[in-house]
Amino acid sequence: MENAGYMLAAFIVIWTALLGYIFVLSRRQARIQRDIQLLQETLGRQD
Amino acid sequence: MKRKVLFFISAGLLLLSFYMVLVFVPTERDMGIVQRIFYYHVPLAWIAFLAFFVVFFASIGYLIKRRPLWDHIACASAEIGLVFISLMLVTGMIWAKAAWGVWWIWEPRLTTSLVLWFIYVAYFIVRAYVVEEERKVRFGAVVGIIGFLNVPLVFLSVTLWRTQHPPLTIFTDGLAGSMMATLLVCLFAFNFFYFYLLAEGTLMKADERAVRQLKEKSMRRNP
Repeated sequence: MENAGYMLAAFIVIWTALLGYIFVLSRRQARIQRDIQLLQETLGRQD
Repeated sequence: MKRKVLFFISAGLLLLSFYMVLVFVPTERDMGIVQRIFYYHVPLAWIAFLAFFVVFFASIGYLIKRRPLWDHIACASAEIGLVFISLMLVTGMIWAKAAWGVWWIWEPRLTTSLVLWFIYVAYFIVRAYVVEEERKVRFGAVVGIIGFLNVPLVFLSVTLWRTQHPPLTIFTDGLAGSMMATLLVCLFAFNFFYFYLLAEGTLMKADERAVRQLKEKSMRRNP
């Protein structure tokens, strides 16, 4: 099991980064949807 | 609906790849357990190259057609490519430390890969610093096209120069059946995952543009 630490480190980096990226994307998507809704409501009130 | 299907296929394949890399594939004789990094390192590199090719293609599409969709595809793909090439560099460094005893050496494959990383960082810097929308997209497209010229150089660097990086012999020398199967599952998994991320990213860029336009409309009404 020599070098198992390196393999473990690589796997942690890969999976943490990919899951983190999905998390960031989902947060960004939620924020955009919120902004769109807010702006549509604001513009709707002005019309 | 299609995005959900893509998500579930890629999630399933990624889980399968995880099982195959950790349990199914035998440990390589010379390098030992650290060789398992290879099954993710190669697909990470492949997806980065594919993503940058899509940036190149979509950037040309934008410059010809001037349709925002091409820019949304290019920008989403550049972001994914940057994530994957960053992971490729980091996993490569970890592998190098285990195999060569150093984290980094300035040899052709590593150096050209790092240059590629800087090019796509520059892609986002250019887009962030140009204020006018049309100019920002146009400049980004130019960087996306020119930047891709470095990809063949990275790919061929192991054959063009003397390098310490392992050569592209996996398909010519042949891997053991189980090792090849594991590599192919990882490649398939990351391909599906890339197309899922691209679909989500493209849609998100379109939504971001819609938000910007709605904000401008709102500001015009309330200056």
